[in-house]
Amino acid sequence: MKVTIDGISVEVEAGTSILNAARIIGGEIVPPAMCYYSKLEGSGGKCRTCLVKVSKGSEKDPRPMPKLVASCRTAVMDGMEVQNITSPEVIEARKGIVEMLLINHPLDCPICDQAGECDLQNLGYEHGAAKTRYEFDRRTFDKIDIGDKIQLHMTRCILCYRCVFTADQITNHREHGILNRGDHSEISTYIQKAVDNDFSGNVIDVCPVGALTDKTFRFKNRVWFTRPVEAHRDCSHENCKGKVTLWYKGEDVLRVTARKDVYGEVEDFICNECRFDKKKTADWVIEGPRKVSNQSVISSNHYDTLKPLPVVKTNLVLKEANQEQFERETRL
Amino acid sequence: MARKLLLEHINVPGINTFDVYRSKGGYAAVEKALKTMSSDDVVEEVKKSGLRGRGGAGFPTGMKWSFLAKPEGVARYLVCNADESEPGTFKDRYLMTYIPHLLIEGMIVASYALGAKTSYIYVRGEMMPQIRILEKAIAEAKNKGFLGRNILGSGYDLELYVQPGGGAYICGEETALLESLEGKRGNPRIKPPFPAIAGLYGCPTVVNNVESIAAVVPIINEGGEEYAKVGIGRSTGTKLISAGGNVKNPGVYEIDLGLPVEEFLYSEEYCGGIANGKRLKAVVAGGSSVPILPANLFMKTITGEPRLMSYESLAEGGFVSGTMMGSGGFIAFDEDQCIVRNTWNFARFYHHESCGQCSPCREGTGWMEKVLHRLEYGHGKMSDMDLLVDVSKKIEGNTICPLGDAAAWPVASAIRHFRDEFEWHVTNGAEAVTRNYGIAHYADPLPKVEAV
Repeated sequence: MKVTIDGISVEVEAGTSILNAARIIGGEIVPPAMCYYSKLEGSGGKCRTCLVKVSKGSEKDPRPMPKLVASCRTAVMDGMEVQNITSPEVIEARKGIVEMLLINHPLDCPICDQAGECDLQNLGYEHGAAKTRYEFDRRTFDKIDIGDKIQLHMTRCILCYRCVFTADQITNHREHGILNRGDHSEISTYIQKAVDNDFSGNVIDVCPVGALTDKTFRFKNRVWFTRPVEAHRDCSHENCKGKVTLWYKGEDVLRVTARKDVYGEVEDFICNECRFDKKKTADWVIEGPRKVSNQSVISSNHYDTLKPLPVVKTNLVLKEANQEQFERETRL
Repeated sequence: MARKLLLEHINVPGINTFDVYRSKGGYAAVEKALKTMSSDDVVEEVKKSGLRGRGGAGFPTGMKWSFLAKPEGVARYLVCNADESEPGTFKDRYLMTYIPHLLIEGMIVASYALGAKTSYIYVRGEMMPQIRILEKAIAEAKNKGFLGRNILGSGYDLELYVQPGGGAYICGEETALLESLEGKRGNPRIKPPFPAIAGLYGCPTVVNNVESIAAVVPIINEGGEEYAKVGIGRSTGTKLISAGGNVKNPGVYEIDLGLPVEEFLYSEEYCGGIANGKRLKAVVAGGSSVPILPANLFMKTITGEPRLMSYESLAEGGFVSGTMMGSGGFIAFDEDQCIVRNTWNFARFYHHESCGQCSPCREGTGWMEKVLHRLEYGHGKMSDMDLLVDVSKKIEGNTICPLGDAAAWPVASAIRHFRDEFEWHVTNGAEAVTRNYGIAHYADPLPKVEAV
């Protein structure tokens, strides 16, 4: 099936979502996704940051779709034409959604362990406005303790449901879910039960914000002061491959996480033993330093590239594909 | 006096019992459909009648039925949406309380048409008395052989269940209703797939409003074409309107679609005019989620035509100067009512009822409520109106289900039509807490449209 996103065409299999088709093309035209997680079935459609405009439904039915659609949950049709960053309507809607996501977020990045690898931070930088128009108290929650390994900060949560799907699909049994309704809904456990099973630590990795963080890494360091190193071990757990990223500060392993790809999704889920209990270099076989994108704040302390960090982005492919439209609009 | 199709026998004593209902010609539609018609005939008859969904969206019911997927060996379901919780609408509750057998009869015929062997009536949790009434009525019908195995010897089996909901407005959205019926958290599903393909338990499902299902009974009794003669244009048949607010005679009225709004509002047969000799200021024509209109725009369309109670005429003028039929929750406001307060009250409702699944609605409804609260209590700013319009635009159309639109429309339309009143609340903050803005120019005749 042929689908055209922002003027760039790509052949994909039937049933692929628009978001995944965009990821095949790659680059700037990939819509941001806060709730969609390709490894979790049923995720997506909730945060609405990935809204795109379908300007042509398909070859058979060329009518445009009446509303903006969530690209993560809309399957492509043959001949579909999609506008993402070339549509002012989409940019405007996305800006609104980023603002909505941030109005009840505490913006406590200076004391948040997720800062530097936070999807909401990135989203805010790339798509948001510099100032908020919200002038009221932000929503707060009573603190609840969900065990000695995972720290829950409900005030930071954007209700992406990823951790609920993780608990449903990755761990043996689900121990937490969503309580209440509307903007007071919260991630919680039934009668403050602790979340405790072999894979529960993965909720930390899937959380796009700092709502679920690693208690063993809490307030230890900022992520951009640590150095990621890839490593593996022969894990005895049947479902864990033991492939991880170790985050070093000097000689010490401060934190262990699963390996994340460019979209912030883990490659393999890891067990709690690997994550929380193996924090000595001797436990691991080191593979080498992890490549960090030079656009990431985490690479700011890494001097393995002599080129300065890119400030002005030029995307030649995108420029080429939209040249005709660009010329037509600038001529007037 | 117009003929009543649904509420003809509503005042007969004991009509809520099977025997009285039967003696008044009840269950004739079941006999007719099961004995003389095939299920496709019933669907065809409903299509011919032009019946449009009475729950709010106004989608043709017959069309909805014909979209139902019919794969071999998979169960199909009919679900009746009795989760009526729109502020201003109380017609379904009235129908279920006083004439429950009409709904049961409609359910049997509709289930037969769709080939459903199990059907559900999903009733809002607060309506406990109605649940008891329906359960009693189902037991009676079952006793007489109108439900259960081999109904009237036709070989058709149907089990009908009443399921109480938890009392959430969002469960009136069809996919959230199905989630709730399955025992899950009532979050709307992401469409597609639509319920006609994969609904309850993943099987093809039709979800219809109480009134739509009840309207199937007169359609079968009299034939679709006969039914289509009532009404006007594409708005056929009769509609139950829940009249409330400052009218002299509030209550549920059955009207022929196409009745002039002036007649509905002022004639003694229906609302009887505005109570206490006051003047009309504004009208919400179809339940809280439709745009509010000032009196002058409600009585006449922008082109000067008198407005009628029909899907098309109420929507005349689009969002700029029109409104919608919605679910028929007719609320009239007299000159003493404060539109800012009312808008705040609606926004508060939507803030409270948002399910919290998708971000624009979850965060935006709360934001609008807080800004409106500030305006109502005299602490607002002039920029707040533009802010509200902008926030409502950011919500509208960007959410999973129509609750976001429903929350955005009343706010956007109130500011569009009553901006003076909002501004007065800002400039006269202290005064706004103690007295109301009054009727102002909202009932003045519309300016003449200049010929171009």
